[in-house]
Amino acid sequence: MLDTADFTARLREIIAEHLPLEGPLLPILHAVQAEWGHVPEAAVPVIANALNLGRAEVHGVVTFYHDFRHVPAGRTVVKVCAAEACQAQGGRDLVQATLKAFGLKDYGTTLDGKVTVEPIYCLGLCACGPAALVGDRLLGRATAQSIGEEVLS
Amino acid sequence: MKIYVPRDAAARSLGADKVANAIVLEATKRGVTVELVRNGSRGMVWLEPLVEIETAQGRTAFGPVTVADVPALLDAPDTHPKAQGPVELIPWFAKQTRLTFARVGLIDPLSLSDYEAHGGLAGLRRALEMDGDALIDEMKLSGLRGRGGAGFPTGIKWDTVRLAQADQKYIVCNADEGDSGTFADRMLMEGDPFTLIEGMAIAGVTVGATKGYVYIRSEYPDAIHQMSEAIRIARMNKLLGPSLLGTGPAFDMEVRVGAGAYVCGEETSLLNSLEGKRGTVRAKPPLPALQGLFGKPTVVNNVISLATVPWIFANGAQAYKDFGLGRSRGTIPLQIAGNVKFGGLFETAFGMSLGEIVNDIAGGTATGRPVKAVQVGGPLGAYFPVSKFATPFGYEEFDGQGGLIGHAGIVVFDDSVDMLQQARFAMEFCAVESCGKCTPCRIGAVRGVETLDRIAQGDAAAMPLLVDLCDTMRDGSLCALGGFTPYPVMSAVTQFPDDFARLREAAE
Ligand SMILES: Cc1cc2nc3c(=O)[nH]c(=O)nc-3n(C[C@H](O)[C@H](O)[C@H](O)COP(=O)(O)O)c2cc1C
Ligand code: SF4
Ligand code: FES
Ligand code: FES
Repeated sequence: MLDTADFTARLREIIAEHLPLEGPLLPILHAVQAEWGHVPEAAVPVIANALNLGRAEVHGVVTFYHDFRHVPAGRTVVKVCAAEACQAQGGRDLVQATLKAFGLKDYGTTLDGKVTVEPIYCLGLCACGPAALVGDRLLGRATAQSIGEEVLS
Repeated sequence: MKIYVPRDAAARSLGADKVANAIVLEATKRGVTVELVRNGSRGMVWLEPLVEIETAQGRTAFGPVTVADVPALLDAPDTHPKAQGPVELIPWFAKQTRLTFARVGLIDPLSLSDYEAHGGLAGLRRALEMDGDALIDEMKLSGLRGRGGAGFPTGIKWDTVRLAQADQKYIVCNADEGDSGTFADRMLMEGDPFTLIEGMAIAGVTVGATKGYVYIRSEYPDAIHQMSEAIRIARMNKLLGPSLLGTGPAFDMEVRVGAGAYVCGEETSLLNSLEGKRGTVRAKPPLPALQGLFGKPTVVNNVISLATVPWIFANGAQAYKDFGLGRSRGTIPLQIAGNVKFGGLFETAFGMSLGEIVNDIAGGTATGRPVKAVQVGGPLGAYFPVSKFATPFGYEEFDGQGGLIGHAGIVVFDDSVDMLQQARFAMEFCAVESCGKCTPCRIGAVRGVETLDRIAQGDAAAMPLLVDLCDTMRDGSLCALGGFTPYPVMSAVTQFPDDFARLREAAE
């Protein structure tokens, strides 16, 4: 559980840091997610207040974008490219093999919370696919094995 | 000893960082002093990590280099099995016309002096001596059209913004590059970020804008890093700031990071996103040129459009216009991807045929199987069969064949591809990424997936439904996400009918 006082204090700091920007909401949400691994529900009213926006409006923005999480992900996030250029290089098989390697039936987080597997639509590595992102590490010509090794490293 | 190891994301994804570390380590062991430059990529992705060693005869290439190759690279480069010869003589590279990408891979991306030594800032210096009319005339004469997909003449867009009266105007660079099969924006920003800064500054001078934003997708952390660093360095050296290069008007810029929404590449959705709103598409009019970011006149241009501007001003509009075909002037950075032997970034004048690109430049498929389909222009682009390989690469030429060039991504598939699955994916992608504003797109795409599943199960009656659905999406969508998804879907249906009939026969 987040300590409420600490949480709010840190959140206010983040907001203050970005408030001078034109259109500060997305930068604030990115910073919040970088800090807590997701955008906690409790952050919404505080941000809304500081930006003179309605809660519903901020909530609407958070839910619109695929990047913002409502709950924290697993310890390592594996994003496998599911877009066309990677499909042409065996990407569909890589998605299945990766899910299988982590014992998942579908995209999501393993029961032990160690790994989250998600699709991503293009990493700009389309000439060396199939591509994957493990944490912040890019993998070209990825295999379930190279992804597994990267998760462990 | 000067050695280049790209820090381009594709090179890094193939182990460039480990190779760079190994070079430093092995050099230290040998007591050799190495000056290591992390350059951009030369675009020959199948050779990445492509290491270059500077010699008296120029830069020699080695690739693809692994950590195990490094000791021999330092001891006996001349006889190294991965030696590729002088990098600029590698035929794939030598065949290109690199204008926009001239410096990518050549220079240290974050060295402003390297940038200037290779022709950087000449365009801006010339632009600062021209008046507004002359600047616009130069842009119009160049024939440059938007490289983000729609192909709108850049000079005309700028003129609209220039003539608008407002206390504040903006230059917004669209670096959302969401199309599968494209990476030109990424490579440019990682390999020569000052070019984009210079292009945006010239745009600012031309239209009277003092503030610029580069909206980069969050999937591109390396590009975000390089652009942010370059902007910081440009500001420190008074290139950007209260007076461009100390003599011009004010211009400054910032990087903003997207949040994983494909539709935010659509310009009005992008503006909403920059303003901190949901990335829904705005109805046009008003044009962003008149009421764009925060309601102010705004130039929205793709990375490649803006990054080509410095070349045009440095070398003259006529020189640029002299390249190309028909109404497609200048060069286009082709991004060759998917199942190919030689993939990467190939900049060339418009006009090369699709067949030449796929067979000669890309060398056919990596799997060695026959090519079946080529998707050109991203997820909203049509699938081309081999029978259309004579189509020359140009806006009108592809339009005439029921396709589009989009951002010039070329994705090759071999004969193992199931086109019904590809059509289904196009609908699925549209459903996932729809901004939700219009029904044909939001609901239509979901119906499209269901309808294709029925066809896959052999339900012949579903085919007319799919055709109707595509018509409705094409005619009733506000933007090209819903409006163009029928391109990949219907091109798959009409060009590859066997993939849609096969299962039907099996069911009968
Ligand atoms: C769904 C959708 C996605 C788009 N994605 C991009 C993109 O990622 N990058 C881009 O430059 N243009 C994209 N566009 C085109 C832009 O709306 C706009 O035409 C372009 O940024 C204008 O710049 P240009 O004239 O320099 O091409 C997209 C359009 C649509 C409808
Ligand atoms: S076509 Fe789709 S993405 Fe475009 S405005 Fe309509 S709902 Fe939004
Ligand atoms: S912001 Fe409320 S659940 Fe995501
Ligand atoms: S399609 Fe997978 S990286 Fe571009």
